[in-house]
Amino acid sequence: MPLRLLKYAWKKPEEEPRFFPDEKPLKKAYDVVIIGGGGHGMACAYYLAKEHGITNVAVLEQGYIGGGNTGRNTTIVRSNYLTAEGVKFYDQSVKLFEDLSDEFDLNIFYSTRGHFTLAHTDSAMRTMRWRAEVNKHYGIDSEVVDVETIKKDIPYMDVQCNGQHPVMGALYHAPGSVARHDAVAWGYARGAQMRGVEIHQKTQVTEIKTQDGKVKGVQTNRGFIEASKVISMVAGSTPRITKMVDMQTPIEVFPLQACVTEPVKPFMNTIVVSGSLHVYVSQSSRGELVMGASVDPAELHSTRSTLDFVEGLTDQMMDLFPFTSRLKIMRQWAGMSDITPDFAPIMGKTDLEGFYLDAGWGTWGFKATPVSGKTMAYTVANDRDHDLIKPFSLSRFEEFALVGEKGAASVGH
Amino acid sequence: MKLRLSPQPYEWLDRKQIIEFEFEGEVYEGFKGDVISAALWANGVKTLGRSFKYHRRRGLLSLANHDINALFQSKDYPNIRGDVTPIEDYMSVRAVNTFGSLKHDKGTLVEWIGKFLPVGFYYKAFYSPKFLFPKWESLIRTMAGLGTVDTDWTEERKPKRYLHCDVAVIGAGPSGMAAALKAAEQGVDVCLIDENPVIGGSLDYQFANEPDLGAERKRLKKGIASHPKIQVISSAYVAGYYGDHWLAVNTPQGLIKVSAQAVVVATGVFEQPAVFRNNDLPGVMNASAAQRLISRYAVKPCNTAVVLTANAEGYRAALDMKKAGIEVKAILDTGERHCRCVQEAEKNGLVIYHNAEMVEATGKQSLQGIVFRESGHERALECDGLLMSVGWAPAGAPIYQAGGKFSYDERLEQLLPSQLPDGVFACGRINGVFDIEHRIQDGEQAGLNAALYASDEPVPDSMDLRATQAHSHPYPIWEHEKGKNFVDFDEDLQLKDLKGAIAQGFDNIELMKRFSTIGMGPSQGKHSNMNGIRILAKARGQSIDETGSTTARPMFHPTPVSHLAGMRFRPERLTAMHTFHQRYQAKFMEAGPWLRPEYYRTGLPRKMCIESEVNSVRTSAGLIDVSTLGKLEVFGKDAAELMDRLYTMRMSNMKVGASRYALMVDDSGVVIDDGVAIRYSEEHFYVTTTTTSSDNAYRMIQKKVIEWGLSVTVLNRTGQLAAMNLAGPNSRKILAKLTDLDLSSEAFPYLAMRQATVAGYPVTLIRVGFVGELGYEIHVDSAYGLRVWEAIMKAGEAFTIKPFGVEAQRLLRLEKGHIIVGQDTDGLTNPYEADMGWAVHLKKPYFIGKPSLAKLKEMQSRTLVGFEFLSVQAEDVPLESNLVIEDGEMAGRITSIGYSPVLGKHIGLAMVDVALKEVGTSLQIRLSNGRMVKAKVVETPFYDPQGLLQIPQDPEELSQESVA
Repeated sequence: MPLRLLKYAWKKPEEEPRFFPDEKPLKKAYDVVIIGGGGHGMACAYYLAKEHGITNVAVLEQGYIGGGNTGRNTTIVRSNYLTAEGVKFYDQSVKLFEDLSDEFDLNIFYSTRGHFTLAHTDSAMRTMRWRAEVNKHYGIDSEVVDVETIKKDIPYMDVQCNGQHPVMGALYHAPGSVARHDAVAWGYARGAQMRGVEIHQKTQVTEIKTQDGKVKGVQTNRGFIEASKVISMVAGSTPRITKMVDMQTPIEVFPLQACVTEPVKPFMNTIVVSGSLHVYVSQSSRGELVMGASVDPAELHSTRSTLDFVEGLTDQMMDLFPFTSRLKIMRQWAGMSDITPDFAPIMGKTDLEGFYLDAGWGTWGFKATPVSGKTMAYTVANDRDHDLIKPFSLSRFEEFALVGEKGAASVGH
Repeated sequence: MKLRLSPQPYEWLDRKQIIEFEFEGEVYEGFKGDVISAALWANGVKTLGRSFKYHRRRGLLSLANHDINALFQSKDYPNIRGDVTPIEDYMSVRAVNTFGSLKHDKGTLVEWIGKFLPVGFYYKAFYSPKFLFPKWESLIRTMAGLGTVDTDWTEERKPKRYLHCDVAVIGAGPSGMAAALKAAEQGVDVCLIDENPVIGGSLDYQFANEPDLGAERKRLKKGIASHPKIQVISSAYVAGYYGDHWLAVNTPQGLIKVSAQAVVVATGVFEQPAVFRNNDLPGVMNASAAQRLISRYAVKPCNTAVVLTANAEGYRAALDMKKAGIEVKAILDTGERHCRCVQEAEKNGLVIYHNAEMVEATGKQSLQGIVFRESGHERALECDGLLMSVGWAPAGAPIYQAGGKFSYDERLEQLLPSQLPDGVFACGRINGVFDIEHRIQDGEQAGLNAALYASDEPVPDSMDLRATQAHSHPYPIWEHEKGKNFVDFDEDLQLKDLKGAIAQGFDNIELMKRFSTIGMGPSQGKHSNMNGIRILAKARGQSIDETGSTTARPMFHPTPVSHLAGMRFRPERLTAMHTFHQRYQAKFMEAGPWLRPEYYRTGLPRKMCIESEVNSVRTSAGLIDVSTLGKLEVFGKDAAELMDRLYTMRMSNMKVGASRYALMVDDSGVVIDDGVAIRYSEEHFYVTTTTTSSDNAYRMIQKKVIEWGLSVTVLNRTGQLAAMNLAGPNSRKILAKLTDLDLSSEAFPYLAMRQATVAGYPVTLIRVGFVGELGYEIHVDSAYGLRVWEAIMKAGEAFTIKPFGVEAQRLLRLEKGHIIVGQDTDGLTNPYEADMGWAVHLKKPYFIGKPSLAKLKEMQSRTLVGFEFLSVQAEDVPLESNLVIEDGEMAGRITSIGYSPVLGKHIGLAMVDVALKEVGTSLQIRLSNGRMVKAKVVETPFYDPQGLLQIPQDPEELSQESVA
């Protein structure tokens, strides 16, 4: 039995340090205000405090910590992207993820499973090969594997797909992992608040005050806060925030849905994605199959669930795993994905002095949590875009310096 | 069947049919109509399963379709619910998640070390040292999960049905039945959905012994059975409410998708367990579970019972037990009550303790006694049954999913609907109405209102029939220093676990759920969420409303994948010439929903088949089926305007009877589609799209027509028309045999369009040159597609014409340097990069993407180039997507490559940095295995650079009509 477990067990609950402090009043002013208490916001607060010594920080969360897309994604972490910019960025993220449990003193269940992106057409095979070649170029462990290899690793998968769309090969990405998404947010939150950052839940920003092209502070449902630096890290709510500062972004918000089955004894140890069939699946350590498909076809700012989604997903799922027909879907839910035209994020400084944006995370936000927090903290602390995020600036949409990650999205768009 | 009672008035059993089934290797008997849990209980089997974490023995808790501790495994299914699945002959099941057997479960070891596994223990350990984590994880994964999957199980699919009704009533208890009948009496179509095989709900188990209700029961049941407007869907539950009264109703036969005009939610309430030490011992159960056992299955819940109650229902249950011949040792009332039931209990000589507090349940393998506190004294009673009647929580999922809200009624100590969406009505106990006559009356008013709403009539206010006394205990939770007081039976969570979570700062209802996992098991909190909220509210000193609740998402119960998926329908589109392709041994490939010949098998290796098709086109003639192209007809006053706005080239100045390349980009200037446009008349165009983007293009164009307010009609004729491309030096001669049209270059020049008759059928002919030879694209009504095709093949026999497939075409167009959108372009490629600046007419006032292209024209950083190998070993031929490397950095990638039989070498296209674009530049290509090969940038087209072959007689036509 691990020693830590003994230590934890012998402690009374009240002796265990709180993850999050009790509610307390807002201060009049902070050096930095972070809007959004999800993984990204918490990570940014954490690195601001830890690496830049900036601790007079407030994270404002309209709901509860990690209640947005942090708690709604399917927890996959990978770096097998298509562009140089994407690969470098997500590679950093994977490396940070690998050490988070130790850093937090909290097990985030970072579990490396191997990630198969199946190709059912020769054009998909071309894209897989492209990703593999770009990945290898940057030292990322990705390769195109043939059907025989897939069969060996996932013997229970019907590579014939019920006679239609047979699997032709796959992009195999060994570092592909899953992690306990909530724990990532909690770990960052605890680490941040231990260093003096304040986290305020149920605190909604209603207005951003500016003067002479500079940020002055934010109005909240609990009063006004003065701050010269405000960061928006709110995923699907980004349009609401950017509207407050009259900023235009090309973001469109689409619901992305997911569901889980009733728990069964774990049998699936890899992560399987099929773009053609609109399926991605992994099995959690609770035994649930965690599944997603593609973003909803129409723009919508809502987290309602639809029947079409779960009907379509289960139908396609059976093409790969016929035996899952005997399982039951236990719960479905949705998140709001803020999607950019080039399927890459928007990060860094903006035209408004003191206003920083971390948005456009679409369906790939969770896996970027550590690196986005780290690079945004750097950017805010130095008021200078971190090198890794320079390609992701908002201005690229005017300058036509797009990044082009559509081919690497697991999720259909 | 030692605990079986004599026949009960409303039992569900068919006692004539005795069923033998196997459980954990032993054979038991039951009656038809028994569910597994009831049949086992009748046989004295009280350990039905093991708990998820500690592997404690568990029995019946609710007998209401959410007893997650009585889940079974058969050889065909995991997670079979014992409290809802009927027994069948030859059924053989065992408990899920045991190690060894149910009786001797080695998993109980976990309970011994349970002290070391408090809430969230897995967050606190196992991660350091890092290399050990996979070992721990593997152990955790072994312990996790419930049933076992057999990956050899075959696919199972159940057909779906649709059903439309005016009023859908969910729940056929007393108020639901009354609502359905009342609504139907208004003349609307009603659909009554109930979880159980027999309607009646609590009327038949809570009020089975009420003689006064006999007539009412008969009226309701008979009325429903005989009413032509009511359709009863039994053994069915609403898995999800999906907006606009769209219900997913799951039945054993499959999913029914119900579209209603109004919905009555009469789902009732879930009985909530009390929390005290050992409240999970088999024999401790909800009072309603005991009543269901007796009324439905004629099974004695126990021999000697104690009833723990905080409401009148507990007294009624005690009386029911006595009537069933069970010795009722005592009623432990948590307070003091004054109702008819109390008097009746006293009259029946039942012992009542007031203001009682639970201390613990005792027993080894099942309940043997209880300890409680009364007036400061601890007392012990021996019993094998403890019935808990301490409160209720709404079965509110449909209301939550419809966007309704609940708030806590302090008087009733229950969450009640406080805000109902339009067209959703609630009645009965979910609405706080408890008196049985009132429940029926409440159902009637909800049924009436729903019928009015469905008929677009004004809906009057309802009478408030809600109870005035609490039916729930505000905090049915008793601490014990030794713990084992379970709040969530699915997840094995004790009171201390929740307190631990709260103490660590997870003191928000959602955070508490996520950290402790309360409500995340298969019952989704049906018996645990309410107590969880009460515990959190008390710990924080907040009200229940301030504490809030978690979201009740679909599914209401876990719903089979086979039902949600339904039958497998994969649309497949076949072209008019499909039978020909089959006869000619085509190897088919998928192109979106279509099947297209990749090449035709001749018995030779694939490569040689393809090369022979290529040769045939180059030397004589070939025919390819291009019916899968999207085909849109555009007509109306603004047709030319629309075409100008959609495509990069000017279309409005195209002559009637001409054709033009049609390139489409998106707002950011990215190439998204291409095809050929022709002009039939001033206000009538016809344009093709690529196979895969036809639906998207059509949808986008329709949207734009509306946005721009243009007077134009766009017709998608993709499936109505067949199309084929006859190409090769002899194509004119072949076509001439079949048409009277003057095919001479003067009469029918390159890129012209003509309407004519071929083989007797009306067709549209376009002189095209995609593959680089003299060629004609022929568009014809699908009905005649095959005949025209066969006529051409016959006419071409003398010229040894061959059909050719997609692979040959790919090679032919590559030789001409023509791009394939989506292969030679990616998600960001603009026309300048694709070396197609000639197809962009920036002088037009507007087209989609023009502002972007105007800027992009000046900032090109990469471009498509042709390259070739002078000599290359077979194993060194790169693959498409291999990278071009320059100074160690990525400088491009190969988009197309192939061996040209005509040129006798490998040729290809690559998207490279502009620095590498000059002809003669050496490209370093990295193979998949890491080796480098060299290629050379060359001019395109590779084949017939002047384009003389596609315009054999008069080359000047090229400059006249083709490109700007």
